[in-house]
Parts: sequence; structure tokens; C-alpha cells
Amino acid sequence: MKFLSQLISGISLGSIYSLIALGYTMVYGIAKMLNFAHGDVIMIGAFVVYTACVTGGLSPVLGVLLAIVVCTILGVVIERLAYKPLRAAASLAVLITAIGVSYFLQNMALLVFGSDTKQFSSVVSLEPVSLANGNLVITGETIVTIVVSLIIMIALYLFVNRTKPGKAMLAVSEDKGAAQLMGINVNGMIALTFAIGSALAAIAGALLCSAYPALSPYTGAMPGIKAFVAAVFGGIGSIPGAMVGGILLGIIENLSKGYISSQLSDAIVFAVLILVLLLRPTGIMGKKINEKV
Amino acid sequence: MAMLEVRNLNVFFGVIQAIRDVSFDVNQGEVVALIGANGAGKTTTLHTITGLLSAESGTITLDGKDITKTPAHKIVAMGMAHVPEGRRVFASLSVYDNLKMGAYTRKDSKEIKQSLSMVFEAFPRLQERRNQIAGTLSGGEQQMLAMGRALMSKPRILLMDEPSMGLSPLYVTEIFEIIERIKQEGTTVLLVEQNANKALSVADRAYVLETGSISMSGDAKMLMNDERVRKAYLGA
Repeated sequence: MKFLSQLISGISLGSIYSLIALGYTMVYGIAKMLNFAHGDVIMIGAFVVYTACVTGGLSPVLGVLLAIVVCTILGVVIERLAYKPLRAAASLAVLITAIGVSYFLQNMALLVFGSDTKQFSSVVSLEPVSLANGNLVITGETIVTIVVSLIIMIALYLFVNRTKPGKAMLAVSEDKGAAQLMGINVNGMIALTFAIGSALAAIAGALLCSAYPALSPYTGAMPGIKAFVAAVFGGIGSIPGAMVGGILLGIIENLSKGYISSQLSDAIVFAVLILVLLLRPTGIMGKKINEKV
Repeated sequence: MAMLEVRNLNVFFGVIQAIRDVSFDVNQGEVVALIGANGAGKTTTLHTITGLLSAESGTITLDGKDITKTPAHKIVAMGMAHVPEGRRVFASLSVYDNLKMGAYTRKDSKEIKQSLSMVFEAFPRLQERRNQIAGTLSGGEQQMLAMGRALMSKPRILLMDEPSMGLSPLYVTEIFEIIERIKQEGTTVLLVEQNANKALSVADRAYVLETGSISMSGDAKMLMNDERVRKAYLGA
């Protein structure tokens, strides 16, 4: 029973990593950049929910919707102001800028909300479900996280593979020049990608802080890095890879916590990443890069 | 007024000048070839026309409208399609989805279907392989797909960059038969080719590009018999 319980909460934590990893991987796929400020968008999303619900007294659903709107706008504005001017710059310059944006967001949050840890109140009001004569208790947060993540992933998969803007996104991630010749506005597609990634980050922030209710300006940093690991683990640039990578990472982390050591769990997660990259440098579902001459 | 007019075009890559004071015309219904050696600036010229590169100076007009600074993604809706060098099909998408991308800016779903059946008629192999992933097609099939994809925008003028490059002789013949057919259907063509022989045989007029400048121009048949052209480009 302990195993099953750890597994289920691992899947739940992993679903949150997946939602964040999708933002990393989609942005990487289309803009060929690592947006290290992505983790901090999660934190901003959680603070919006906190302010709206705890301080403002709004209902959790409205709070989450507001966070989605704020983060979507934030993501598009970050892209427009910080990354778009660097479209032709060296990738190292973009990477450093992204780290700068990350610190900027953390310090803005410090300035506005202070450094003390806030007690986040869960956006989920579902009662825990007790199974197997009370030996297996699944919290409402766990259930909602898994269900919501699953719905989002299916919707995203259908959007990318079945709709015209989704396929245009794939076309841009493959060949920006050829995509422009088709009449696809590449800058518009990049903005759309940031919007989607940031909206997912807002949802991830609300779910993460509901399961682990301590909120500070640094809340997004560690999950952001782990989700980045998940994206690389699954194969950066691959949408199914981010989904699978995130869930596997959550399971590995939780099982390590439960059976080995909760202090070592992060070390184990990163050790697994190193191992996977040694054996499969492109990640689990990463595409082999065929350089055509 | 010519359909496409290029006047005193200058293009730089950093400090290196790739295109030097290039001017030429493409009239409605014509096939115009731009021939020249590797590195002469043929591809750069096409990229500048469709906005993938920007010009330092000079003007490009399409139907009298200045498009010199028009962004690349707005060009196709103006009736100009570009089949890029090296085909550049979307390798992870199916043949069908690649063709649909060609019609990205069109909204008339009925007419898009019509274009699709015209493309399938011109390239029966694409119809056979419509659900295949484009990256798994042969080079010749990918060239057909790149051409079909451009035709899906229903262009009035088609820019083609090295359509015969890297193809087997059989495919080269087939590709040029299709260019002939595109011409007969009334589409204006600007053709860039290293295969000067084939290009001059399908073209009405031609320009010879040499290290970024136009060195010769005239009637295609005349250039074919020109001693200098024969020596430099036709291997005679």
C-alpha cells in the first residue's frame, strides 16, 4: 500500500512537472532558447492566486483564471521586451538574459510580497478519498492535479497535431524561413507559444502550492529546474517527451523520498538525468538530429 | 510595367557585398531564368525578393507595389510563392499537411480543395503518398512536394531555387516538364538554376549573375548560342 500511495502522489507531482516542462520544451522547440525565467512565472501565478483568494476573498476558480490571464500576459510581455530584441543574438546572450529575467521576477516578488513564506490555501475543495479500508488515502489535490493535467495534455496534444495554428507551430519549430514563405507569422507563433507555456505555468503554480502550501518568491526556482530536467529527460523540444519526462521524474523523486532518503531524493533525480543523458543524449523521446549536407 | 521589378539592389552579409546593383524584370506570363555559378548571388537575390533577407538599398516592386521592406510572411498572400533551395519541406509533417501549409493564408476551403486536386493531378506520386511523413520521401519526391506546396497558395508568380539540385536525371527531366506545364497554365516563373542548359531551354529570357552583378542578359535562345555562356555555363 505504501508503494501504491507513493506512486500515486509521484504521478501527481510529476504531472505538475509535466505542465511546467511543456512550457520549457515548446519554447525551446519554437524559439530555440531555454527560458530559465519560466519557473518564476509559476511563482507569480501562485502569488496571483494567493492575493486574489486569501487577501481578496475571490473564489479559487476565479483566482486561478485570473492567474492564467496575468501569467499569459506576463509571458508575452517578457518575450516581447527581453527575448525578441535578441532574436539574432548568440544563444548565450539569450540564456543570460533569461537568467536575468528570472532574478528580476524573484526580486519584484520580494519587493511586493516580502521575503516571508506565505501559507497558501488550497484551491481544491475535494475531500480525500479513502480506499482499501483506509489503508490508501488519496488527497483531493492529488486527484484534481492528475485529472486537470491529463485534460490539459490531451487538449494540447490535439491542438498541436490537429489544428491549423498547431501545425503551423510545428512548421515554425522545424524551419522558420520555410514557415514564413507559407505566410506564417513567426513572431506571432513565438508569442502564442509563450502565452500557452505561461498559462500552463499559472495552473502548475496553483496546483503546486495547493499540494505544498508554502509560498515565497523562491517557490518557482526548484520546480522550474526540475521541470527543465524533465524536459531534457524526455527529449527537449518534444511535447510527449515533456509529458512522460515530467511524470517519470515525479515518480522517481517520490519513490526515492519514500524508500531511500528524502534528503537524497533531489540528488537521485539529477543522477538519473545524468545516466539517461549518458545512455541517450537526446532524451527518452528526443529526435535524432539529422544534419543534412 | 513588369510584374516583378528589381532595381539597383544591393545586399550585404556583414561587410561583404553579396549583391551589387542588380536590376531585372519579370513580365507577366514569362519564364525568366537567373543562371550563374555557385556563390554568384542567385539564392541571395531570391531571398531578398521574398523578404527572408533585407536589402541595403534598391527597390523591389510586385505589380507596381513596393515590397522591398514587406516581411516575408506577407509576401505569399500578394501572389508570390517561393520554392526554396534544398526543398525545405516540413519533414515531420505528412505530405498532406505540408500541402495544407502551402495554403495557410487562404480561407476559401472549396478552392483550396480544387488546388489540392490540381496539385495531385500534376504530381500523382504525392497523392499516393499523401499520408506519408515528408521526411521519408526521396529527394525527387520532396522537390515535387516543395513545388506542390508553393502551388497550393495559387501564386501568380513562382520563384524556384535550384529545383534540379541533387536529383537523378530522370527526376530532373520530370521537374522541368512540370515547370513547362506551370508556364503553360499562365503562371509567371523566376527560375534560379545551376543547370543552365535545362534552365535556358525552358526560359523565355535569362540573366547571368556573376559574383553579385548581372553580366549578361537577353533572350534565352540567344544566350544559349552565345559563345561566352556556352563556355562558362554549358560546358561546351
